[in-house]
Amino acid sequence: MVRQMTPDDVVGELQSGMTLGIGGWGSRRKPMTLVRALARSSVTDLTVVTYGGPDAGILCALGKVRKLVYGFVSLDSIPLEPWFRRVRQEGRLPEVMELDEGMLQLGLRAAAWRLPFLPTRVGPGSAVMSTNPGLRTVRSPYDDATELVAMPALRLDAAFVHVHRADLHGNGQVLGPDPYFDDLFCLAADRAYMSCEAIGLDTDRLYQAIINPTMVAGVVHAPGGAWFTECPPDYDRDEALQAAYAATARDDDAWQAFVAEHLS
Amino acid sequence: MTGPTTDLGDVCAVACADAFRGDDGLMVSPMGPIPRLGARLAKATHSPGIVLTDGVATIVDLDDEPCGWMPFARVFDMVWSGRRHVMMGASQLDRHGNQNISALGDFARPKVQLLGVRGGPGNTVCHPTSYWIPNHGPKVFVEAVDIISGVGTDHGAFEIRRVVTNLCVFDLKGPGGVLRLRSVHPGVTVDDVRAATGCAIDVPDDVGPSRLPTPEERAWLHRLDAGGGIRSAVTR
Repeated sequence: MVRQMTPDDVVGELQSGMTLGIGGWGSRRKPMTLVRALARSSVTDLTVVTYGGPDAGILCALGKVRKLVYGFVSLDSIPLEPWFRRVRQEGRLPEVMELDEGMLQLGLRAAAWRLPFLPTRVGPGSAVMSTNPGLRTVRSPYDDATELVAMPALRLDAAFVHVHRADLHGNGQVLGPDPYFDDLFCLAADRAYMSCEAIGLDTDRLYQAIINPTMVAGVVHAPGGAWFTECPPDYDRDEALQAAYAATARDDDAWQAFVAEHLS
Repeated sequence: MTGPTTDLGDVCAVACADAFRGDDGLMVSPMGPIPRLGARLAKATHSPGIVLTDGVATIVDLDDEPCGWMPFARVFDMVWSGRRHVMMGASQLDRHGNQNISALGDFARPKVQLLGVRGGPGNTVCHPTSYWIPNHGPKVFVEAVDIISGVGTDHGAFEIRRVVTNLCVFDLKGPGGVLRLRSVHPGVTVDDVRAATGCAIDVPDDVGPSRLPTPEERAWLHRLDAGGGIRSAVTR
């Protein structure tokens, strides 16, 4: 049964060392209420899989990430994520798996379908292969005999997503312009947790209910749950707060104040 | 001449539009204001069938009216099925068109962390790719990029069609698939280009000037960039 949970209930089900997928894209519809609950907790040593935005920056800044799996990390209106930059440049991020952003989707898809890998033409020639020596290739068994990259499944212990509307059965509806890959994050995870702006689906738009009860373990009612990232049509990005967050990467006092105000 | 001028921006926008010539039926993804202006100019004139988005998830017409849907999952479908031409930027680019937007220095501990490889590895092996370099200089055009994001002609690129800069236009049809100078923008000499390029380039004997907008294109540029803010931002 899907349970209604608080953000702290969700984080209480996580353990250090887990692999966590985070939905959304860049600084768009990120499940920030859940990320903030994780920031407050003692859970650490995480592998985080994300189309990275401030979720990646904040968790890296707090030292909670042992390995980051990503294609990019960006705040959109601020193209380069300042905390991601800083921890990388200071050598404080122990391990990374930098992938083509489409390969990330394939890894989630493979995990969702419980396959060991999915093949792709993408990777050869680029740094994806040289910086991920664990990536293997596979040869097509058909007449073309093409050599392809076997993108390994990105199986997740847990996933966080934030949607516009949900019900307590575990249906979740995205009303914004792009569902991103939130459905795949849920399907790739052993336990997925969905926060929502409001309880109650718009029944005229059920084709936008991309999450169903088989895909989630818990539902969290979290108005404003994308925090300073955008969540249209409900709200735009809080650019002033995002800029203030970005500036903390250059000012340790400002960071301590930001943590005290928003992440404690 | 005094005050801001759009002359250089006109030439760059037209060169970007020419890069997209004939892309009817493809999704064209221009990264940056001048490539986007060029793509809209192409759609307004010689290539009406190209598909443009608002950069988020909506297909739009020349008046930015919504007319279709293009979420990221569908963008990836466009990439892998070859139904796309992207014009990306590059922090570094080498003479074979290998691109770096990932990081500068050593990958394990970068001197400057940039965006990550993003879609570069996939774009460049699946469909045509062009580049827009608004700051042509020896730090961008390098002998070897630090980290390969988009692959070049020596690493399996599908097609690197054009590299448009604020000085000139290249294709990758030099011997062995290297940068070949196609034209220099007004007031720029071949020696200027060589001096600003940190890698060897192929220079044919008959390199001419980059073309100016036709009267029709000029009218469209005035409409699509009313006030000239996009074009006047291009400087040498």
